[in-house]
Amino acid sequence: MDQNLKRDIILDNYNNPNNKGLVDDNKYIKLNMNNTSCIDELDIQILFDDKKIKDIRFEGEACAICTSSASIMTKELSGKTIKEATEIVNNFEKMIDEKDYDKNKIGEAIVYEDISKQPNRKKCALLAWWGIEKGINEHKTQD
Amino acid sequence: MKREDFPMLKQDIVYFDNGATTFKPYCVIEAIKKYYTEYTANCHRGDYKLSLKVDNEYEHVRELVKEFINAKRSEEIIFTSGATDGLNRIVFGFFKYYLNQDDEILIAKSEHASNILPWMELSRTKKVIVKYIPLDEDYKITLKSVISSITNKTKVISLAHITNVIGDVRPLKEIIDYAHKLGIIVVVDGAQAIGHMKVDVSEMGADFYVFSGHKMYGPTGIGVLYGKYNLLDKIEPLCYGGGMNATFDSTGKVQYKELPYALEAGTPNIAGVIGLGAAVRYLNDIGMNKIHEYEINLRKYLVNKLSNLSNIDIYNKNSEAGIVAFNVQDVFSQDTAIYLDKHNIYVRAGNHCAKILKEELGVKNTCRIGLAFYNNYEDVDKLIKALSNENLSRDIIF
Ligand SMILES: Cc1ncc(COP(=O)(O)O)c(C=O)c1O
Repeated sequence: MDQNLKRDIILDNYNNPNNKGLVDDNKYIKLNMNNTSCIDELDIQILFDDKKIKDIRFEGEACAICTSSASIMTKELSGKTIKEATEIVNNFEKMIDEKDYDKNKIGEAIVYEDISKQPNRKKCALLAWWGIEKGINEHKTQD
Repeated sequence: MKREDFPMLKQDIVYFDNGATTFKPYCVIEAIKKYYTEYTANCHRGDYKLSLKVDNEYEHVRELVKEFINAKRSEEIIFTSGATDGLNRIVFGFFKYYLNQDDEILIAKSEHASNILPWMELSRTKKVIVKYIPLDEDYKITLKSVISSITNKTKVISLAHITNVIGDVRPLKEIIDYAHKLGIIVVVDGAQAIGHMKVDVSEMGADFYVFSGHKMYGPTGIGVLYGKYNLLDKIEPLCYGGGMNATFDSTGKVQYKELPYALEAGTPNIAGVIGLGAAVRYLNDIGMNKIHEYEINLRKYLVNKLSNLSNIDIYNKNSEAGIVAFNVQDVFSQDTAIYLDKHNIYVRAGNHCAKILKEELGVKNTCRIGLAFYNNYEDVDKLIKALSNENLSRDIIF
C-alpha cells in the first residue's frame, strides 16, 4: 500500500475514530490499558455474545498511532467470532514484531506494517490489541 | 556556551531534555576514569597510600559541595543516590518520628512525584495530612498563598526550589522566614535549581535541601542531602551496616558514628562523588550567575519565537527558569516529541512525574524544554523551523 494512503487512513482514524466513547452498560467487560513506556492510556469495553464479539468501544488520551490503531482494531474485530478475532490479533502482533504473518488476515491494520521502523511507536500500535487479547482471556475464564 | 566541553554535543542533535538529565563535560568523565584507572580503592580504610588518596578526594568533594551551596559545616553534606533518595530519607528518617497524628504537611500540585509520594505514603501510615498550597494563574505559589494555607497544625512545608514543569523559582527566603517564626520546618527539593542558579542554603535558611548530581552535569547515582546540623543529626538512618557504626558487640550494643558517616552506610558511590566534585569545580569555573543569566536570556528568545507561531500553546510564559512547557494545538504531546525526534531535536512529552499538576493545568500532557547553558540560539532556531512546518499534523505519522 502506498505510504500516503497509509498515512491518510491513520490520520482519518485518529481524527475521526470509530467506536470512541464508552457506554454505561455492565454487560461489557472493561479494561484499562496503560503503556508503561509512554503516556498512552486507553479504556476498552468489550461486549461478548457467547463465542462472538458483539461490540468494542474505547476511550482515552493517546498519540495518533495508538488512537488510530484502537479505532481500526474495533472496526476489524467487532462481529468476529473469538476464534477469528484471536487469529487477526496474532497476525497483527506478528507483523509489529517483524515475524512472518498472513497479510490477508489483518484488514486495514496493514497500514502499520512499517511501524517497526520506529521502535518507540511499536507499543503505541499494540496497546489496543493487547487490550482485546486480555479481554478475550478474561471472557474465556469467566465461562 | 562551552559546547566543546561536552562529548555528546559532537553529535548533530539538539538536546532540550536537560530537566531529565544533563550531558557530562569531559572533566567529569575524566575524573571518574582516573579513579577507576589510577587510584581505585575503598574509602575510610586509609592504611595504605591509595586508600588515603581516595579518602582525601572523597572528603574534599564534601568540602567543595559545602562551599558550593554555602552550608556552614561539611558534616551537613550527606552523599545519597539522588534527590529522590534524599527526600525519602527526610520523610521516613525524620518526619516519620517528628510528626504526630493530624499534623499537616504543605506541598503543591506542581511538585515532582519524589516530593509527593513519600509524603502521601507517610500520611497513609501515620494519619498525618497532606495539603496543597493553591497555585495562582501562572501556576506559581506566593508567600501569600503559603500564608493562607498555614494552620496551627502545619509542621512542615516541602517545595521544589524550581518546579520541573512550570519552571517557577519559588520565593523561598520569604517563605522560610515566615515559616520559621511559626516553628515550621521547610524542606527544599533543589533538583531543578542546582545546575542552573546560585544556591545558598544559609541565606535561604532551608532546613533540608536535596539535589541530584546528574542534573548538574555530574554522574548518575549520586546526590546530596543537606540538613542543618541539629536536624540532620536527628534523621534515623534507613540503612545500617559498615562504615556508619563505631562499635558493636554480640549482645546488640551498638554505637553509631557521628555525622556525616552515620548516614552513609556501606561502600559509597565513590566514583560518583569524585565525578560530582569535578562537576562542582567545572560549574564554579564558569560561574553560576553567568549560567543563570545566559539561560534566562535564551529562554526569553525561545518564548518570544514560540509565541510568534500561531499553533503553539505555552503554559508557563511567565516563569523565571529555563523550562518551557508547550503543546502544538490539536497535536498530542507525544506525537510532537516523536516528530521533533525525526529532526534530531529532543524534548520530553508527558506529565513529567508531576501527575497531579493536570488538575490545575487543564491538560494532562505537555512537551517540555529544559534549557542548559550549552544550548544556543541556533538550537532554538532549529526547533522553531521544525515547528513551523505547515504539514506538521500529517508529518507526525511517518
Ligand atoms: C523537581 C524534581 N525533584 C526531584 C526529582 C528526582 O530526581 P532523581 O530522579 O534524580 O532522584 C526530579 C527529577 O526529575 C525533579 O525534577
